[in-house]
Amino acid sequence: MTRHIRHAALFCALLLVALLVNAARVQVLHAEDYETNPANRRATIVRYQQPRGDILVDGRPVTGSRDTGEHLRYERTYRDGPLYAPVTGFASQEYGTTLLEATEDAVLSGAAPVLQPLPLWNEFTRSRSAGGDVLTTIDPRAQRAAYEGLRGRKGAVAAVEPSTGRILALVSVPSYDPEPLSGNGRTARETWARLNADPDRPMLNRAVQRTYPPGSTFKVVTAAAALDAGVVKGVDRPTRSPDPYLLPGTTTRLVNGAKECRNATLRDAFVRSCNTVFAQLGVTTGVSRMRRAAESFGFNDADLRIPFPVAPSTFDTTVDAAQLALSSIGQYNTRATPLQMAMVAAAVASGGQVREPYLVERTTRASGGTVSAAGSGAVRRAMLPATASRLRELMRGVVEDGTGGKAAIPGAVVGGKTGTAQHGLGNSGMPYAWFISWAQREDEMEPRVAVAVVVEDGEGSRREISGGGTAAPVARAVMEAVLRHE
Amino acid sequence: MSKAGITLATADPPAPTVRLTGRRGVELALIVLAVGLSVYGYCAVGLARNGTVPPGAAGYGAGLGVLAVLAHLAVRWRAPLADPLPLPIGVLLNGVGLVLIYRLDLETPGDRAAPAQLIWSTLGVALFIAVILVLRDHRVLQRYTYVCVTAALVLLTVPILFPAVNGARIWIRVAGFSIQPGEFAKVLLAVFFAAYLAANRGALTYAGRRVWRMQLPTGRVLGPILAVWLVSVGVLVLERDLGTSLLFFGLFVVLLYVATGRTGWIALGLLLASLGAVAVGRLEPHVHHRIETWLHPFASIEAGEGPNQVAQSLFAFAEGGILGSGLGLGHSVLIGFAVKSDFILATAGEELGLAGLSAIILLYGLLVERGYRAGLALRDPFGRLLAVGLASLVALQVFVIAGGVTGLIPLTGMAMPFLAQGGSSVVTNWAIVALLVRLSDSARRQAAAPGALR
Repeated sequence: MTRHIRHAALFCALLLVALLVNAARVQVLHAEDYETNPANRRATIVRYQQPRGDILVDGRPVTGSRDTGEHLRYERTYRDGPLYAPVTGFASQEYGTTLLEATEDAVLSGAAPVLQPLPLWNEFTRSRSAGGDVLTTIDPRAQRAAYEGLRGRKGAVAAVEPSTGRILALVSVPSYDPEPLSGNGRTARETWARLNADPDRPMLNRAVQRTYPPGSTFKVVTAAAALDAGVVKGVDRPTRSPDPYLLPGTTTRLVNGAKECRNATLRDAFVRSCNTVFAQLGVTTGVSRMRRAAESFGFNDADLRIPFPVAPSTFDTTVDAAQLALSSIGQYNTRATPLQMAMVAAAVASGGQVREPYLVERTTRASGGTVSAAGSGAVRRAMLPATASRLRELMRGVVEDGTGGKAAIPGAVVGGKTGTAQHGLGNSGMPYAWFISWAQREDEMEPRVAVAVVVEDGEGSRREISGGGTAAPVARAVMEAVLRHE
Repeated sequence: MSKAGITLATADPPAPTVRLTGRRGVELALIVLAVGLSVYGYCAVGLARNGTVPPGAAGYGAGLGVLAVLAHLAVRWRAPLADPLPLPIGVLLNGVGLVLIYRLDLETPGDRAAPAQLIWSTLGVALFIAVILVLRDHRVLQRYTYVCVTAALVLLTVPILFPAVNGARIWIRVAGFSIQPGEFAKVLLAVFFAAYLAANRGALTYAGRRVWRMQLPTGRVLGPILAVWLVSVGVLVLERDLGTSLLFFGLFVVLLYVATGRTGWIALGLLLASLGAVAVGRLEPHVHHRIETWLHPFASIEAGEGPNQVAQSLFAFAEGGILGSGLGLGHSVLIGFAVKSDFILATAGEELGLAGLSAIILLYGLLVERGYRAGLALRDPFGRLLAVGLASLVALQVFVIAGGVTGLIPLTGMAMPFLAQGGSSVVTNWAIVALLVRLSDSARRQAAAPGALR
């Protein structure tokens, strides 16, 4: 019997060894598969178990965290939610994250390995770093001025600092409050459904995620290309252009809203915004040089991140002469985000240099130590310095004696360009009012701010919609807010 | 220590003065260690959750300590030569189980199970003491062979009259208490099997025809085996309790093999078991569903219904990794229903890691080993079979439930001995430990003074 007892003991030992081997298989060998299974809620629970780091504007947090005591413990809160929604985006337990909340999520949630005091520290201690903070480049005064200026309308504002590329304002109206989306309950679901059903699309960030035909504001690009190419010798020489202009290869006549465009000088044509002159200039400059100029300003760049992606602004390069003529006055397939047009104004303001725009100044640990800081981004030359200085003159002319008079600021040098872009089938839609500009304090060496405003207002009469009338006052308010600040 | 055990089991009777030294001091030291570890775990939960030692820590430690010391005194008085390991192992497993249940209670404030479990543990230790004090010689149990089997069958059949709970008819509810009579039936059946086989060994060993390399049993002795098999399948079908059925049948096959030494029994047992399993797996939807879940634990996730309990259990084990998340810091409560009972091991796996889980399984292994060692040391066939049966019962039950929650075999609703919430189980396991202590004491006395007990 003893021998058989030993056999039975061996059998029991085998059972227990099988358990140990299987436990090692589940807990070590296949652990990663199980941990990363999307149905495993642990990652989510850990993610919301601590307060999320904050997004700061001018040193003050515009976000917060609320302890709900629920299973997913902390929920996001927002101060001035609709004002900063185009910057922060939302952080929802149900619907994920967008904009800065998405691109800076690793820092904000504490998951970024760089937040650890020592490499592999969190893996070893099974802890999670406290959420880090994200300091933005936004100027709260400019942001508020833009938001107030667009109140009751539909549109967007982008403002940048020409010498650095820092984004000073990013506003989209109508906006929304991201806070009700933070949780995972009924409020979040109802808000989500309501926002998605809204025909005005409040969650669309018009400043960077939507492109508009830039209309006459694109004439800055066409003028820069023509001057750089030597197609125009001087801004005060007649351009030998007809009015109306017969689009090459067609029988379509291009006419002007403005008067005295026939054979106008570049200066006069720019100030009066003559379509005929710039259409012809574009055609004379040629598609390859026009393309090079547009792309050096940032058009056709699908990879721009600020750090969230920006919709690519487009300048169509497979065009015939007539299409090129229309493209050169910001119509046909030419489309731009407000941020792109702010970059165009900034290039003029900073002597022809285009600096990549950015929104995050610094990310820090919860304790304040810097994790990463914005370095000087890529710099591109969009035009010769001489061309930039001539264009500055032309843009000043628009504000001082042209269509952009409402942008003038006492004690400051302001340059601008209006635009009223047709769109829709047969240009039936309400036109978009554009204004792009830069401003420099008289006591300073270089412009402090470049701004682009687009108003896509469906209300009001067709006549009232114009770059100079509707968009320029908004731009002025933003520029003033930046310039006033010491 | 173990070497001494072997010597005792096999050597000729030596001088009693040397051999009869008890090892009660070792036992007491181990009990202090077991209680200390449990209190440490209890404090660790509180520190991890609230940053403070939980207020009940002293009371918990004192309660567990008093119970363990009382049990120890009973052993010291009535079974002084007993193996010093089973009692501390029981105390440690029961203590860890209480810590895990207390820890899970924090996640379900409306449903506290630890206080009731503490009461059941007290009852269990009381039963342990009673067995040690009353049962002076294990062979007395042989007189109650048929009382045992009758009681076991009654206990097994009673739940059929009660409504099914979560698909299985294994509970009876009396005055607010849920009792699983099948748990008590385990011990009674082990006693019956041991006594029956000890009495009928000769007849059963008589071999029938030889086929290939196996001796087939004769038709005359096939009857009891088929009867037990039928009862097991009956339990399975009527109560939908795969685990208990597997356990009984496994226990019977092991004891039959040990008693007769016939490999034919094992072959026949395996054949019948697989036949039964295949048939029931096909026909019985509840069991069929368990098998499907075992084969495809993530099917419900792919179907968009979210993770099922087995998937959640696997997630918990995986999260534990090697060292675990630490007591009180895991999320095994996601398993939901039965997290404190059938799935208690997942909490241990997540919060104590593979290291802690291995320690727990090794504790069970040690308990089983001590049982087998007593079986080897005993001289009387009944005692040997009873020790082997009780030890195998522990091993089989641990395998069936731990294998189920880790995805090794299909899940069967069963309580992890000592760890899981469930009064019947705790009380039964204390009875098993008491019998093992008694058997080990008898083994040493038989070795020391052959004939003295006969």
